[in-house]
Amino acid sequence: MHLGLDEPVRECQYNPICTRNSSSMETSGHKKKRTPRRKWQIFPGRNRFYCNGRVMMARQTGVFYLTLVLIMVTSGLFFAFDCPFLASNLTPAIPVIGGVLFVFVLGMLFRASFSDPGVLPRATPDEAADLERQIDAANGPSGPGYRPPPRTREVVVNGQTVKLKYCFTCKIFRPPRASHCSLCDNCVERFDHHCPWVGNCVGKRNYRFFYLFILSLSFLTIFIFAFVITHVILRSNRTGFLSALKDSPASVLEVLVCFFSVWSIMGLSGFHTYLISSNQTTNEDIKGSWSTKRAKDNYNPYSYGNILTNCCAALCGPLPPSLIDRRGLIQSDTPQPVSHSNGSSMYNSTQLHTHMAATTPLLHSDPVMMGGEGPTLPGKSSLGGPCASLAPSQPSLPSSMPGLGCAGDMLTLRDPDTHCHHHHFVSPEETPSPGPMPLTLPCPAHMTHGGHMNPAQLYDPASQDSLHEDSVRGLVKLSSV
Amino acid sequence: LPPQFHNLQELRQSPSLATKVFIQRDYSEGTVCRFQTKFPSELGSRIERMLFEDTVKTLNTYYAEAEKVGGQSYMEGCLACATAYFIFLCMETRYEKVLKKISGYIQEQNEKIYAPRGLLLTDPVERGMRVIEVSVFEDRGSSGSSPSSNVSSGISQR
Repeated sequence: MHLGLDEPVRECQYNPICTRNSSSMETSGHKKKRTPRRKWQIFPGRNRFYCNGRVMMARQTGVFYLTLVLIMVTSGLFFAFDCPFLASNLTPAIPVIGGVLFVFVLGMLFRASFSDPGVLPRATPDEAADLERQIDAANGPSGPGYRPPPRTREVVVNGQTVKLKYCFTCKIFRPPRASHCSLCDNCVERFDHHCPWVGNCVGKRNYRFFYLFILSLSFLTIFIFAFVITHVILRSNRTGFLSALKDSPASVLEVLVCFFSVWSIMGLSGFHTYLISSNQTTNEDIKGSWSTKRAKDNYNPYSYGNILTNCCAALCGPLPPSLIDRRGLIQSDTPQPVSHSNGSSMYNSTQLHTHMAATTPLLHSDPVMMGGEGPTLPGKSSLGGPCASLAPSQPSLPSSMPGLGCAGDMLTLRDPDTHCHHHHFVSPEETPSPGPMPLTLPCPAHMTHGGHMNPAQLYDPASQDSLHEDSVRGLVKLSSV
Repeated sequence: LPPQFHNLQELRQSPSLATKVFIQRDYSEGTVCRFQTKFPSELGSRIERMLFEDTVKTLNTYYAEAEKVGGQSYMEGCLACATAYFIFLCMETRYEKVLKKISGYIQEQNEKIYAPRGLLLTDPVERGMRVIEVSVFEDRGSSGSSPSSNVSSGISQR
């Protein structure tokens, strides 16, 4: 912070409303009240951060806690009530193996839930401006009332033509296989789906953890189920069935939980094993992107050709680091991403442009002072960003459809170009689906629902028909699974 | 007295920044990180084509090495899985090691080649691996002593 040029300003002792947290800025002897801020605190997406940015989750975490409780309670009951009997009568290896499985399941769950799924940081103002220029140049001059076509770019990936869509929120052309999650309001690389059970998106960086989680959970569920049954049978041989149940009432609960969950978990594991072996994402599979029903010579350009290589690449491939650097310190020259401002010009009043020589130290957003500086100084950081609080990203409009996801998971695909046709399954946030994860594939839930319009987005009515066709095809495929 | 700033912030926000050129990703080989080697026309007058293309090609090679799916990455993956990924508390992933190498390479290129020509490369990792951002400073006629002196502090540390 430094004092402005005016005499009266220098006289007063101001407590800064917002701190510009570059250590090099603290030259004026102004009292620094707060510790330097980290980038997660101004993250524009709708994520929640814990442990000073180390943990990153989606906004709604209620179902995640349910998952945790179910796993821990069931396993806890198993270790407390069934294991002593089994260890003494069969072998002590049972609780040991169970313990190892349990720890592995929890480890994978935490890894999947807490890590960055592969969020793409939003475009800096300069990038966004450059892209706009390119798009305008490509589209040519537009007269009044002319709606520009939806922003897409075609690339050829390994011989297959892929359309890259422009994300209006993040102001980037999404890389292939990336998708925008409307619940978290981020573009995620290699977006698979948003999983409420895990409380996070599943994307490039945490897909293997998610897969190992459901795989190991299948084993754990089957393990517990089998050995609880064994326990009850062994007891019944001695004392009769009813008294066996009376002696170990927890077993009933465990069997119920395991029985109802094993189908959906195993189903999900099988489904994802298929996806991994063909190197597809849930997103692509639902949409039928690489299906030969779309076009005769359609093929998946990302597949390595054989199942083993695909599996190894997905599970043992290199793990890219997080691109959002959530624990990094905010520096004064950190370009702040463009906050989504309904498509208006990026030099809007919510973004501060600081000019070193003449800044009012404190009033965190005074557009009158700052606005004029904007166009002359491209690439400036908007240090007042944190305080001006990046304009809330466009609200994703979850409809109140009681949502039943595919096999218990929620698939959230938001595509601004198909604003009316979302494959959007919203699960009731805090209310869990009846019973632990029933495997339901509801056809009525796949209704396209309107009301998802962002008035600011440009869309082309002419292209909606083809997109509608695509989405219907996707729906048909899903309901036939 | 108006405050004086003698660091890169002043340089970066000083009016000498003329424009920024963005080198986009090349997806022709899939989702691996590759940048287009096409020489942008805005840089035509500032730097030789070969030098620029060499830089981008070297970067592409580095990224390919980081993302290579092969024996070493399998071993790393299996070892990590076996230790429930705790091993990454003490060890860097191969990707991170290569990113560090890239960062050093870009800094070196900036110092040797780009800053003397009034250009500045930004590490793609700071732009979400989407673009290589080339900042073009106004040609002041005199050789760019101010840009080059601040280049080393300019690459923000990750």
